[in-house]
Amino acid sequence: MGREAAISLLIAAALLAAPLLGQAFDEPFVITLATKVAILGLAGTGLNLALGYGGLVSLGHAAFFGLGGYVAGILASHALNYEPLFTWPLTVEGTTQMLIIWPVAIVVSGVAALVIGALSLRTSGVFFIMITLAFAQMVYYFAISWPAYGGEDGLSIYIRNEFPGLNTLNPLHFFAVCYVLLLVAVALSFLLSRSRFGLALSGARQNAQRLATVGISPFRVRLTAFVLSGMVTGLAGALYADLNRFVSPSMLSWHTSGEIMVFVLLGGTRRLLGPAAGAALYIVLEHTLGDVSEHWMLLLGALLVALVLFARGGVIGILAGQPRHA
Amino acid sequence: MPEPILQTEALTKRFGAVVASDDVTLDLRPGEIHALIGPNGAGKSTVIKQIAGEVRPDGGSIRFAGRTIDRLDMVARARLGLARTFQVSSVAPEFSALQNVMLAVQSVDRRIYRFFRPALREAVLVEPAMAHLERLLLDDRAEVRAGDLSHGERRALEIAIALALKPRAFLLDEPMAGMGPENTAKLVEILDGLRAEAPILLVEHDMDAVFALADRISVIVYGRIIASGTPQEIRSNEEVQRAYLGDEGDDGAA
Repeated sequence: MGREAAISLLIAAALLAAPLLGQAFDEPFVITLATKVAILGLAGTGLNLALGYGGLVSLGHAAFFGLGGYVAGILASHALNYEPLFTWPLTVEGTTQMLIIWPVAIVVSGVAALVIGALSLRTSGVFFIMITLAFAQMVYYFAISWPAYGGEDGLSIYIRNEFPGLNTLNPLHFFAVCYVLLLVAVALSFLLSRSRFGLALSGARQNAQRLATVGISPFRVRLTAFVLSGMVTGLAGALYADLNRFVSPSMLSWHTSGEIMVFVLLGGTRRLLGPAAGAALYIVLEHTLGDVSEHWMLLLGALLVALVLFARGGVIGILAGQPRHA
Repeated sequence: MPEPILQTEALTKRFGAVVASDDVTLDLRPGEIHALIGPNGAGKSTVIKQIAGEVRPDGGSIRFAGRTIDRLDMVARARLGLARTFQVSSVAPEFSALQNVMLAVQSVDRRIYRFFRPALREAVLVEPAMAHLERLLLDDRAEVRAGDLSHGERRALEIAIALALKPRAFLLDEPMAGMGPENTAKLVEILDGLRAEAPILLVEHDMDAVFALADRISVIVYGRIIASGTPQEIRSNEEVQRAYLGDEGDDGAA
């Protein structure tokens, strides 16, 4: 087993141990924090497909995160108010079933990523960053100005959505759901990174001209990765809404996009558990430094600068060293 | 005479006041190596770029494999069977030599959108890729990162990638550039065998290599083809002597 694999296992084990210890020592807050790490790590795992493997610096992933959140919030609010979503051409009711909400969140954010990606991926570099940011801001202002679902005030989910056989209001149960989804996404990323598609995506990142010269369209490969990336981040958004039992436009703000990117950079791009490690580090810092000083972001900023300057591989890069082939 | 596989018709390209391609009409026939020679800046690479689809011509037309390809982009032209190498090596530097060739192999079998099976365990990718590397004498360097290969090895890797595309024509832009005499000799031998698979449009400065390989030579000066013919005809052409070959004689590398 390689060193990165060993460290990944260690991180996964630590993330599992934290809430169990929280339960044992009657510290429910620790369970909530661990759940947050799993969900934000999942959001980062999504972004890592585009940013890490594809080299696509998207500053618009809050759009997918927020859309996933709003799907959960809107479906739940309709179910709880017994108001159908729409009645024509057929009646569609809301739902509180996670097993229905998730696919809807994945499809909605995937379609959004398809539209945003198809337009943004015609540019590159700084322009790509700005266009993805602009699209996310459009969705953000749309959410603010649409009163039906709370507008600026957001939308509350009174009871956490349900999963068959589990009591999602039990923090450990809900953690288990998020944790398993994180591991599934990480496992799929692992397979993808070594597959034919992963080869093409990595090729597009390293040398798009080379890819085009062998007859593979870099645009289509990137768009596919961008859509998959948006889907995973959208699923994380749905879970995040359920964690907080609340959705608001802040999930869609550029600040959220920046945070998801920070998770990936902190943990290490193209590292399977990098985003989860980054999210964990971020949240631990937020709650330790945050107690010491309200200016903890300053320290985080310094840390990020140091990591980017001296350790491109993020935390996992420091611990595990350089990866082998791409 | 067999039908040409590739034809350019009055190709013209201007960059500002500079005419990079001036009415360039040439063709490539099955089984041949057609060398395009000329002084630095004469517009040889510009011709290759227009044929490959990297640069859009201002005028003229290109036919390939029985159809006009003017509207096709680089990807579509590659898929039609135009395999190109670059003047400055262009490979995926983080990939091993093997992975670079596998990229071309999977493009040819048209199954890029597979997400689960590890590519390095697919015999249908690895075995042909290894065979192409072997042909370029790179098989024992298959696992080396392309970025860590020597200059000459990277030149050879590009040709292995081109070979993996099973092309209908090769466009080779100075494959010998920067190579020592030993490697050049090896490459001459390899290219000699390659023409049986697909004809080669060869841009090259190494005149020994050109005269050893070419079935036909076209000389381009200031974007215009001033002469075209067999190596003997070109060698004895006075205009070519004046404009290009000069008194460098037979070993006249430019």
